[in-house]
Amino acid sequence: MVEGQVYPLLRWIVLLPLFAAAVHGVSLGWLRQPLSRTATIALSCGAPILSFVLAFVSLIRLATLPPDARFLTDTLFTWIGAGSFSADAAFLFDPLSAVMTLVVTGVGSLIHVYSVGYMDDDHRDDRGFQRFFCFLNLFLFSMLALVLGDNLLLMFLGWEGVGLCSYLLIGFWYADRWNAYAGSKAFIVNRIGDVGFLIGIFLLFWALAGVDAATVNFRELAVALPQIADQTVTLPSWLGGASWKLTTLIGICFFLGAVGKSAQIPLYVWLPDAMAGPTPVSALIHAATMVTAGVYMVCRMSFLYAEAPGASALIAWTGLATAVLAAAIAIAQTDIKKVLAYSTVSQLGFMFVAAGCGAYSAAIFHVVTHAFFKALLFLGSGAVILAMHHEQDTDKMGGLRQLIPWTHRWFAIGVLAIAGFPGMSGFFSKDEILLSAWLAHGVPGHRALYAIALVTAGVTAFYMFRLHFRTFLGESRVAPELRARVHEPNRWILAPLAVLGVLSVVGGWIGPSAALNPIPGVDPAQSNSLANFLAPSLASTHHEVAFATERWLAALAVAVAGAGALLAAWLYLWRPGLPARLREAIAPVHRLVANKLYVDEAYDALFVRPLVVVSENVLYRGVDAGLIDRVAVNGSANLVRGLASGVLRHFQSGLAQGYLVVMLIGTILVAFMVMG
Amino acid sequence: MLVEKAVALSAILFVLGTLGALTRRNLIVILMSIELMLNAVNLALVAFSRQWGDLAGHVFVLMVIVVAAAEVAVGLGIVIALFRNRESVNVEDSSLLKW
Repeated sequence: MVEGQVYPLLRWIVLLPLFAAAVHGVSLGWLRQPLSRTATIALSCGAPILSFVLAFVSLIRLATLPPDARFLTDTLFTWIGAGSFSADAAFLFDPLSAVMTLVVTGVGSLIHVYSVGYMDDDHRDDRGFQRFFCFLNLFLFSMLALVLGDNLLLMFLGWEGVGLCSYLLIGFWYADRWNAYAGSKAFIVNRIGDVGFLIGIFLLFWALAGVDAATVNFRELAVALPQIADQTVTLPSWLGGASWKLTTLIGICFFLGAVGKSAQIPLYVWLPDAMAGPTPVSALIHAATMVTAGVYMVCRMSFLYAEAPGASALIAWTGLATAVLAAAIAIAQTDIKKVLAYSTVSQLGFMFVAAGCGAYSAAIFHVVTHAFFKALLFLGSGAVILAMHHEQDTDKMGGLRQLIPWTHRWFAIGVLAIAGFPGMSGFFSKDEILLSAWLAHGVPGHRALYAIALVTAGVTAFYMFRLHFRTFLGESRVAPELRARVHEPNRWILAPLAVLGVLSVVGGWIGPSAALNPIPGVDPAQSNSLANFLAPSLASTHHEVAFATERWLAALAVAVAGAGALLAAWLYLWRPGLPARLREAIAPVHRLVANKLYVDEAYDALFVRPLVVVSENVLYRGVDAGLIDRVAVNGSANLVRGLASGVLRHFQSGLAQGYLVVMLIGTILVAFMVMG
Repeated sequence: MLVEKAVALSAILFVLGTLGALTRRNLIVILMSIELMLNAVNLALVAFSRQWGDLAGHVFVLMVIVVAAAEVAVGLGIVIALFRNRESVNVEDSSLLKW
C-alpha cells in the first residue's frame, strides 16, 4: 500500500471550529458570561474562514503529489485499540475529502458571515446570538470530522454529531412547540437510518474478519474488499431465506443510513419540516452540507458499491423516485422555504441517481454545484423573509423586484443555475448525471431512468421559475402597510449572496465534461478536471461515449428545462388568472399534491400513532407502572415490610444478654461445624 | 499432664465467665466476667504454647492482654456515661433497641 504523506496541518481544519464552539460553550453554559457581539463574530466567523484557508493550503500540497500517492494523513492518537483491531482519531485528506472540505468550509464561512446579518434581527432571546454561533461552529466541526475521518467509526462520530447539531438548530427557537417538534422529528427519523449505517459497519467488519482483514480504515477497506466480493449469504428463513451477495447486503445497509441523512424515500419527511430552523441553518445544514453526507458516504464506499450492482440499482431508482416525488410536491407549495426544501430533496435524489449509476464523480460534482446555487437560493429566500418581516408565504409576495432589486438579481441567478441554463453550474453537473443514467447499462431499465430524470429536470425548472415569478415578478400581493417597510437587507447578507452568485455562475467550470469543453491536445478521458482529480479516491467507472451523443443529450436537457421555464412564465406571468382556474379544474389532484400526498398523515397513522398507543398502554401503563413500579419495586418493599413487622420484629427483645445467648449458641454451632 | 490440668482449669474459668456474663444484671460484673473469659483463653493459649514449643501462643496472649486493657477502658467509660444518664448499671434498664 502506498504511504500517504503525514501532514499535521489537517487537525487544525477540524479542531478550529471545535475550539470556537468550546469557547462559546464555556462562556455561555459555565461562566454564564456572554461574549461581546464583536468577539462572538470574530471567533465564530474566524474559525471557519481559517479552516478554509488551511484546507486550501492542504489542497495545494495535495496537488503537488503524484496522483497515485495523492493523499495526506494526520493521526492524533489511537482512539480504540483492542487486540489487532484499532481505530485512530486520524484524518485523511484525499481528493474526495479535499473537495468536500473546501465546500463545507467555503460555503460554511459564507453562511457564518450571512448569519451575522440574519440573526442580528432576532431579539427573541438576548443570548440567542451567541448560542446560535456555538451550535453552528459545533456543526462545522462534526461535518469536518465526518468528511475528513479516515475510518468508518470517526465518520460515524461526525455523522451523529451533525445530526445532533441539526436537531439543536432546527429547534433553535424552542419556545415555539412546533419548532421543537420538527427538531425531534428530524432526529428520530435520522436515527432509523443510522441503525442501517451501524449494521452496515458491523456486517462489513464481520465479513472482513472472516478473511482475517478486519479493519474500519477506508484505505485498508478498499484494499481488502475484493477478498469478500464474491461471498454470498443466505438469509434466515423468517427473512425469506434468499441467497444474497454479501456486498449488496452491506451496501443496502449503508444506503439506509444515507437515506436517513440525505432525505430520500421513505425517510425524506424530516427535511421539509426542518425548515422550522433559522434560514442560514436551512442553507448550511439542510441544503449545502449535511444532507449531502449520504452522497459523500456512498462515494467514499464506492469500492463497495462497484462490487454491489443490486445495491447500486436500488440507489439509482430510490434516488429517481425521490427526485420525482419531491419535484411533484414542490409544484404546489406556496411557502418559499418549503419549495426550496422539496427542491433540495429532489436534487439529492439526482445525486443518488448518479451514484447508483456508478458516476461517483458526477454525484460529487452535483454536490458541489448544488451547494453553491442552493445555498444562494436559501440565503436569498432568507433575505426575502427578512425584508418581508418574517413572512414566508409567496401568496403574499409578488412584485418584490422593485423593492429588493439586489436580492432579486442573485435569486434569479440561483434559479437559472438550478434550472440548468447553459454555461452555469447546474447545467454541467445535471448534464453529467443525465449522461450517467443514459450510460448505466448495469442498472435495470436505465433508459427509463434517463427519460424520467430528464422530465424531472424539466419539472425542476418549472417549479423554480414558478417560485421566482410568484415572489419577485407579477402583481404585488404584499399587504399595503407591510409594503412601506420592505427594505433591502444589509451588507452582511448581500456580500455572501454576491460570492455565491458568482460561484453559481462559474462553479460548473471546475469539471465540464470533454464533450462540452473540448481542450485541444488533451485526451478526452483526462480533460474533465474534477473527475480526473477525484479518480484516485473513487471506483473507476469510465464509459466511452461519442461527443455527438453527449451534445445531443445536453441540448435535449436544455430544451426540456427551457420548456419548463416557459410553461412557468406562461402560467404565472402571461396568464395570471390561469393557475387558479387550472387549480379548480383538477381540485382533487391539487389538494393531494398541496398536502404533500398525505405522506406525513400516513406515517402518523401507520407508525407514530400505533407506537404512541403501545408505549402509553402497554409499555408505560403495563410494563413500567404495572410490572416494574407496582410488582417489582413496591411489591418487594411491601414483602419485606410485611415479613419484618409481622414476624421478624418479635426476635428483637432489646436485652443485651438475650443477644449474647443467641451469639453463644451460634458460636457453638459454628465450632461444631468446623470440627465435625 | 500439666497441659490437661491447665486446659481443664481454663475450661472451668471460661464457663464460669460465660455464666456470669449471661446471668448477672450488673454491667460491671458482666465486664468482670468477660475479663474472666479472656483470661481463661489466655491460660489455654500459654498452656498449648508450652506443649508445642511454639511462641506464637505467647505473642497472642500479650496481644489479648493489650486489647483487654483497652476494652476495659472503653467499657468502663461507657458504664460511667450510662450511669450519668440513667442512674443505673442494670442491663435490663437499657433495652431501647427492642421493637
